[in-house]
Amino acid sequence: MAALLSPFMTIAANRIVAGESVMAWHVASPAETLPGVAAVVLGLLFGIPSGRQDLRLCGALLGLCGILWLLMQGAPALLDSAAGDYARVSPAMGFWCLLLILTLMMADALTQMAPGPIARAGLLAAVLCSLALILWSGALAPLSILQEYAGRRAQFADAVLRHLALAFGSLATAAVIGFPLGIVCYRRAQLRGSVLPVLSLLQTIPSLAMFGLMIPILGWVGDNMPGAQAIGIAGIGFAPAFLALVLYSLLPVVGNTVAGLASAPAAARDAARGMGMTPTQRLLRIELPLGLPVILTGLRIVLVQNIGLAVIAGLIGGGGLGTFVFQGLNQTATDLILLGALPTVALALTSAIVMDILVELAQPIPKDSP
Amino acid sequence: MIEIDNLTKIYGDTHAVDAVTMRAETGSITVIVGTSGSGKTTLLRMINRLEEPTSGEVRINGEPTHVEKPHLLRRRIGYAIQGHGLFPHHTVARNIAAVPLLLGWKKQKIRDRVDELLSLFSMEPAAFRDRYPAELSGGQQQRVGVARALASRPELLLMDEPFGALDPIIRAQAQDDLRRIQQRLGSTIMLVTHDMEEAIRLGDKVAVMDGGRLVQHAAPAEIIAAPATDFVRDMVGDVERPLRLLSLIPLVELIEDGPADGDALPADASLRDALSACLWTGRSAVPVTREGIVVGRVTFEAIRNRAELHA
Repeated sequence: MAALLSPFMTIAANRIVAGESVMAWHVASPAETLPGVAAVVLGLLFGIPSGRQDLRLCGALLGLCGILWLLMQGAPALLDSAAGDYARVSPAMGFWCLLLILTLMMADALTQMAPGPIARAGLLAAVLCSLALILWSGALAPLSILQEYAGRRAQFADAVLRHLALAFGSLATAAVIGFPLGIVCYRRAQLRGSVLPVLSLLQTIPSLAMFGLMIPILGWVGDNMPGAQAIGIAGIGFAPAFLALVLYSLLPVVGNTVAGLASAPAAARDAARGMGMTPTQRLLRIELPLGLPVILTGLRIVLVQNIGLAVIAGLIGGGGLGTFVFQGLNQTATDLILLGALPTVALALTSAIVMDILVELAQPIPKDSP
Repeated sequence: MIEIDNLTKIYGDTHAVDAVTMRAETGSITVIVGTSGSGKTTLLRMINRLEEPTSGEVRINGEPTHVEKPHLLRRRIGYAIQGHGLFPHHTVARNIAAVPLLLGWKKQKIRDRVDELLSLFSMEPAAFRDRYPAELSGGQQQRVGVARALASRPELLLMDEPFGALDPIIRAQAQDDLRRIQQRLGSTIMLVTHDMEEAIRLGDKVAVMDGGRLVQHAAPAEIIAAPATDFVRDMVGDVERPLRLLSLIPLVELIEDGPADGDALPADASLRDALSACLWTGRSAVPVTREGIVVGRVTFEAIRNRAELHA
């Protein structure tokens, strides 16, 4: 309720100055705001008692529609009322708090209802589609963050692609190096004893320091190795960012591969050897299928981690959504920061959910067996 | 015939298995019994080369095992272990089919063999084929483990404490099943256990291991009647010896003519069963039947005299 009583939107004369707060019921004419406020209040009333999960889910959805409605009504109305061509409207404290509360309610209800992997995939697709539809419809276009976007359409598309290339490319590279390394480490205890500590040391280097370290190292390589610069290796840019992400990814990939392969019961492994399976047959038929969920969990950790870390790549010229974040920081333009941050969060959440679904599908023993 | 010739395994400076020589006839059960650390499991694992011997050799039907690639050798030798070692992500049928699949059998042949084995182990094929190991009871898992080891009709079946994880009642039943199936199939089995009771119950021959050495290798009755060392005597247990001995002798040996009252026992029951019946019901003799017809009696007196022979 307190969230509903805090300012819902702000309006500012331009994109830099601090704005003036507007309460939810003042964002537009009373007739336009009433349905929104009512939906939010009803949603919260339905959602907060924790008895029925389906009721809680409906409440959350109703509330979300409500704040969306307020945003869609409020943005153009406030812009009209404000003087000046440079005026900007953006969601404020109240909006973000309500968004958080309602999303938590939805997540909680969904966790309790425990839908199967297919249902979860469907739900995710539905959420993404409605989000895309809302953005594409232009109903929110007057919002400041989308104005920032409107000025940087091409740049934004590039940044998203670059971000994905950094996150997924480093994941793929780490997997290509990490799987074989993990398998070899699993087989040879000595090697495991020396490889894993090194990787875990790499993991403990703070991310900014790691990116910083890449600059002199790759700078030297770029300057001194013939041909290195031709393929884009230099102290700043894509290459050092990519390399740092790969290094960060190796521990979860190798560690989880080792742990996954070792998760086959000892008796089953002994039996497999005793019945005459070759090491390759044991790997493919027993250890890999039984360890797949753990291995995929490693990939999930890496993917989510890399999507987040790739933001920092913006600092060393690696491109990606981090570019907007740091530009925004320099210009104290909050909405530009959000233009970088929000898509990153959405990407990370989406990948986490998709990977969770994959992990569940990879379970080697059907769920209905006790 | 399995010949173990001077087989030795040295870890560092301990002789885990020390110059063991023995021979197991085709179609017999040899039980290797010993305390933990006696080298019994190492001995067993050297036969299918899960452990490579330091010296000595094993011959199966005259053919030395060290000339073949280890994994090919192992496909010819069944292997069942404590805690069954079933693959949790494969169905019962796929578990049993593991070795035939490695050997490249035809699908139909594998399917028939799986059903045959499940029936042999008193598990309805249609009901059990598609279940996962986690859906079975401990006893059923153990039976599937043994069925899997027998699937490709191996020349030799190695079993390492196969009944170790079962509770006593199910264990006794599993031992009887193994006996029955072994007689039916004529398999050659070498089984490792720490339980002398189990060794006496199952073995045609019992091999007692102590500190890496084979201290006695003989028929169960001989092990009980004439233990070669104090260690064997301890393993058998002084108090239990007469009872264990009586449990090996069938009633047939002591049948005499004459009347007796009360419930009858079949002729292939043991003297221990008869003694127990006498004590429990206060009788001095029990009737003996063969195929349901009373053929004579066994007296308490005769059982006592028989036991005294060995004292």
